[in-house]
Amino acid sequence: MLRLPAYRYHAPRRLSDALELLARFGAEARVVAGGTDLIPNMKHRLFEPAHLIGLSRVDELHGIEVSDGWLTIGAAETLSSIASHPAVVASTPALAEAARHVAGPQIRNRATIGGNLCLDTRCTYYNQTEFWREALGYCLKKDGDTCHVTRVGKKCVAAHSADTPPVLMVLGAELDVVGVDGSRTVRVEDLFVADGIRNLRLQHGEILVRIRIPIRPTSRAVYRKLRQRGAVDFPLLTVVVAGERGDNGRWSDIRGVVTGLGSRPRALTGWDAIASDGRLDDDVIESLAQRAHAQCHPLENMIVDPDWRRAMVPVEISRALKALRTTTAD
Amino acid sequence: MSGKRPSRDDFAVIGRPQRKIDGLAKSTGRAAYTDDIVLPGMLHGKILRSPHPHARIRSIDTAGAEALPGVHAVVTGADFPTPYGIIPWTPDETALAVDRVRYIGDGVAAVAAVDEDTALEALRRIEVDYEILPAVFDPHDALAAEGNYEAGDYIHPPKREGWNGNITKKVHLEFGDLDAGWKAGEIEVEAEYYFEGTTHAAIEPHCAIGRFDGDGRLTVWSSTQVPHYLHRELARVLGLHPAEVRVIQPPVGGAFGGKSEPFDLEFCVAALSRKAGRPVKILYTREEVFYAHRGRHPFHMWYRTAMTRDGMLTGVDARIVLDGGAYASFGLVTTYYSGQLLTAPYALPAYRFDSVRAYTNKPACGPKRGHGSVQPRFAFEVQLDKLAELGDIDPIELRRRNFIGANTRTVNELRVTSNGFLECLEAVEGASGWKERWRRLPFGRGLGVAGSTYISGTNYPIYPNDMPQSGIQVQIDRSGRVAVFSGGSEIGQGTDSAMAYIAAEEFGVPLEHVRVYRGDTDFTPVDLGAYSSRVTFMLGNACIDACRKLKRRIQEAVAEHWEGEPEAVVLREGRAFDPSDPERSLPIRHAFQIAETRWGTLGETGSYNTPKDVHGQYRGGTIGASPAYSFTAHIAEVEVDPETGIVTVDRIWVAHDCGRALNPVLVEGQMEGSAYMGFAEALMEEHVFKDADHGRAGLHNAPSLLDYRLPTSVDTPELESLIIESVDPEGPYGAKEAGEGPLHPSIPAIANAIHDAVGVRVDRLPFSPPRVWRALEKAREAGALAKPAHPADRLSSRTEVGA
Repeated sequence: MLRLPAYRYHAPRRLSDALELLARFGAEARVVAGGTDLIPNMKHRLFEPAHLIGLSRVDELHGIEVSDGWLTIGAAETLSSIASHPAVVASTPALAEAARHVAGPQIRNRATIGGNLCLDTRCTYYNQTEFWREALGYCLKKDGDTCHVTRVGKKCVAAHSADTPPVLMVLGAELDVVGVDGSRTVRVEDLFVADGIRNLRLQHGEILVRIRIPIRPTSRAVYRKLRQRGAVDFPLLTVVVAGERGDNGRWSDIRGVVTGLGSRPRALTGWDAIASDGRLDDDVIESLAQRAHAQCHPLENMIVDPDWRRAMVPVEISRALKALRTTTAD
Repeated sequence: MSGKRPSRDDFAVIGRPQRKIDGLAKSTGRAAYTDDIVLPGMLHGKILRSPHPHARIRSIDTAGAEALPGVHAVVTGADFPTPYGIIPWTPDETALAVDRVRYIGDGVAAVAAVDEDTALEALRRIEVDYEILPAVFDPHDALAAEGNYEAGDYIHPPKREGWNGNITKKVHLEFGDLDAGWKAGEIEVEAEYYFEGTTHAAIEPHCAIGRFDGDGRLTVWSSTQVPHYLHRELARVLGLHPAEVRVIQPPVGGAFGGKSEPFDLEFCVAALSRKAGRPVKILYTREEVFYAHRGRHPFHMWYRTAMTRDGMLTGVDARIVLDGGAYASFGLVTTYYSGQLLTAPYALPAYRFDSVRAYTNKPACGPKRGHGSVQPRFAFEVQLDKLAELGDIDPIELRRRNFIGANTRTVNELRVTSNGFLECLEAVEGASGWKERWRRLPFGRGLGVAGSTYISGTNYPIYPNDMPQSGIQVQIDRSGRVAVFSGGSEIGQGTDSAMAYIAAEEFGVPLEHVRVYRGDTDFTPVDLGAYSSRVTFMLGNACIDACRKLKRRIQEAVAEHWEGEPEAVVLREGRAFDPSDPERSLPIRHAFQIAETRWGTLGETGSYNTPKDVHGQYRGGTIGASPAYSFTAHIAEVEVDPETGIVTVDRIWVAHDCGRALNPVLVEGQMEGSAYMGFAEALMEEHVFKDADHGRAGLHNAPSLLDYRLPTSVDTPELESLIIESVDPEGPYGAKEAGEGPLHPSIPAIANAIHDAVGVRVDRLPFSPPRVWRALEKAREAGALAKPAHPADRLSSRTEVGA
C-alpha cells in the first residue's frame, strides 16, 4: 500500500476555529473534508501538508434546507446525502443525479459537495506515484517544468473532472466563502479559472461554507456523464443542459456546460441566437450540438482518445437536449 | 472406466452443490493471508526500482541507507547474482539487477527497516549511477535489431555471436500438406489481428515474509501459486540445500497466472532476513504488481484460413509476433502455445505456424488464465466467422462440420480423449435462441458464437523428471476424522474443497469431518502448483489414489470383522454397510476403529503422473500435450451504440465440457469468472505504455486500478453457465478442467456479435468505444454500415437473380 506523508490532523467544531487554524499554519495547512481526493493525492506526494484541518465536524458546514426559494447545502454534506435528500431530489433533480454519478457508494459516503467543487484538476501525467513521476521527469503542475500533454508552452491543461459543478453552474448557484476577514459570495461560474495548476479563485485561508441554489419552478436541467464503466470512473466528458420551460411549452434561456475536457467547466456560448424562438426541435438541437462541438478541443490529458471525446460532445449534447425536451412540467 | 458412465446418483458428495470449505473463513475475514501474518521482531522491506527502461549500472552506493537509524539490512544484486528463470532453459533473471536494468520498475536494491516509512526513506538515500542504453519497445523493432546494435545493447546477451539478443524463442512447425490444403480450399480469408496485453489484477498484491532461523534454515511465506518451484529457486539463488528451505503458502487472494513464478520480493525477504537476523516482510504496492506483471502477451497475428464451399477447413497458416517484455518468464512455452493449442475442437487437415517472441524494455509478460492460447483463439474464431459469412453458412453449423471428435489425435499429434464440444454448441444454440435471432435482431443488436479447447494440465513438468506431478497424504484415526495433507495450491479456485469432497466421497464421512492441510513444503507432498488448469485433474487423481488405498484397508478390516468380502463393504453417508445384508451396518467411525485395530496407525500416500504417449513425436511436441482437454462454446449478445461506439454486452451463454463437475457450484463460478475476465479483456483492459510522444517511452500508462479499467459489477453481463459432462476416462470421477477454458471464446464471441449487430469488424483489441467508433465512422463513410444479411436471405436473393 502507498504510504501517506506524516501530518497532524486538527478537528475543529466551529468555523472560526477552522479559520484560525488555517491562518496560524498558513501554507503548511490544507483543509480536508471527505479526503477522497486529497488523501490519494497525498499518497502520490502531490501535496505534503504538515497540518490537515478537518472540516467534517464543523457545524456551520452542514445542513440541507429549502427556504425563500433557495436550496442551501452545507459544503461538508456528503454526496450520498445530496443524491438522496428529498429536498434536493425534488427541487434540483439534476444535482442529485450528478452526485449519484460520482465514483462508487463508499466514496460518496465520505466525499462532500464542497470537496467536489474544489476537486483538484486531473491529468495522466500528474495523478501518479512519486516513482512514476520521477521516471517521467515530473510535469508543469508538480515539481517539473514541462507539460507532457502540449509539449510546448507553460500552461497546464489538467482537466476539471468534477461532476457537480457544471450542474451548479446551469442552476445559477452561489457560494458562501468565509475568510478571516469576513465572508463573500461567489457565483459558481466565477469560481473557476482556466489554469490546470490551480483552477479555483479561492484565497488561502478561505473556506467554502455553503452552496445556495435558486429554485425556479420553470427550470429544467439534464446531466449526462460519459465514462467507460458504469461506476467509479471520473468523467471523460460531462454535459449539462438547462432551460426555462414556459407555460406555452416554449423554452427560454437554453444553456449548457461541458466539462471533463479542459481545466474548468466551459459554459457554452452562442446558444441564445440558435434557440431564440423557444422551439427545441431536432434541427435546433443539432445546431446547438454543432455549436458546442466547435467550442470544445480536448487534449490528451487523460488516457482516452481526445478525438473520440471531442466527437462525443455533439452526441451527448444532443441526447441531453432531447432528454430536456421530454422533462415533465412538474 | 469402462461400461456404463457413472451417474450422479452413484455419488454421495461428488457432483452435488457443496460449500467451499474455506468459504466462511474468507467471507468473514478470518482467513489469514500472507500480509495478515505478523512475526515477532518482523522488519519491513522495500525495493528500489529503476526509473530507466534500459541502463547499465555503473555503481550503487548504499552507505546512506545503511547509516539511517532503523535500517537493518540492505541488499543489491551482488548479494545473490545467481540467475534463475521459471523455465530451466531460459534463466535470464536475477533477484535484483546485477549490472543492468531492463524496464522501468526493474528491482535494483532492497532494504529492511523497522517500518515501511523508514525503509522508503532509506531507498531515497541509495545512489545508483546509470549509463543509459538504447531501449526498444515494439517487438518488430526488437526483431529488426539484428546487426543494427552493438552486441552489448541487446536486452540480453545473444545466445551465439552474431545472433539477435532480443529474441527469446522462435518456433516454426508445420503439420499436414498445406499446399494441398490451399488447392482444396475454395474460400479463403487472410487477415491481421492484434491482441493488446492485459494483466491479472488479482485482488491480493504479492506478499512474502522471510525468516532465517538461528540454525540457518529458511522459511518463506509467500502468496505464490507455485510453492514447489519457489522452493527450488530459493535454494538455488540463496545457495542453500533444498532441505534447509521451507515454503509456506497461506491462502492466496487470487493469482490467475500472475504468481506462478518466483519474484524479486521472495528472494529479497530471504536475503534481507539472513543479513538482519530478523524476519522481513515485503508487500507490493499495486503499482509494483503492474511492474511485476507476467500478464498476457500482446500478440501481432496474421492468419490465412481456407475451406471448401461446403465449409470443410482445408488449411490454416499463422504468423505471430509476441511482445515478451524484458524477461523470458514462461515465454518459451507461450511461444509454442501460441500455435500448439489451436488444433481442436476443429479438425485441421494442414496447419503451420511461425511464432517468435521478442524481448522489449517493458515488464515481462507471462502466463495469464488461458496461457498463450486466448490470443490466437480470438483471431481464429473470428476467421471462422468471416469464412462462414463468405460461404453463406451458419457459423455454428460450420463449427459442427469441422468437429474433430472424441478419442482421436489432432493434426499436431496431441491425444484427445473425451470431447463434449458438440453438446456445448447445442446448449448455447438452444439457450440463446440462436436459430430465430442470429442476423434477425434489429440493427445495433447482435449475437456471436465461438468455441475453444484447453488443457487439463501440462503433460510434462517444467523441469524434466519422471517423478509424480502431484502428491497427497491421507490419514484417518479412531475419531472418524480424515486428514488430507495436500501439495495443492489454494488460490481461491477451491482446490482444498475439491480434495475434501473427494475424501468425503471415498470414506463416506461428512464433509465437516475432513480437514485439508496444505501449502507447507515441510509436511505436504510435492505438487507442481496451480497453473495450466492441472490441479483438479492431477491432484484429484492423486487424492483418489491415496484414499482408495486406505479405503481398501478399511474394507478389508471390516470384511474380516463381518466374515465377508471387502468388495461388499460400502462406505457412504456416515456408515459402512453391506448393501446385500441389512444386518451389516456400522457408523463409519466404528469402521475406522476396526481398521486401526487391525492395521495399526492408518495413513497412505497417493500420487499422479501423466500418461507418456499423448504428445507429438517432434521437437516441441510435448508442449500442448495434456492428459485431457476441456471444450467450450459461447454465445454473446451485444448492443452497439452506433453514435458513440459503446458496446454493451447484455448476456453470455457459456457451455463448458468439464468432464464431470465435482461441485457444480464451483464449476459455474469458474465459468462465470472466466467469461467475465474474457469480456473485460474484450471491452476494456489495456496493459500499455507511454511512448516517446507521450511523456516517456516505456513508462507504464497508468499503474493503478483507477485507470487500468476492469469492469465493475454494474458493467458485467448476465452470465448463463451450462455445464456439459463428457466424463473423461482418466479424470478424477471423469473430471477435466474448468478454470481457464471457459475464458477463451468470450472475446471472439463478442467480436462476432459486434459484427452481427452493426456489420463492422474490429480485429484489434480491446473493443473500446473510440476504436469501435472509428470502425463505425469508416463503415458509415463507405456507406457500409448495416446489419449483415442472413445466409438464407442471401441465398434466396441470389437464386432470384440467377432465375
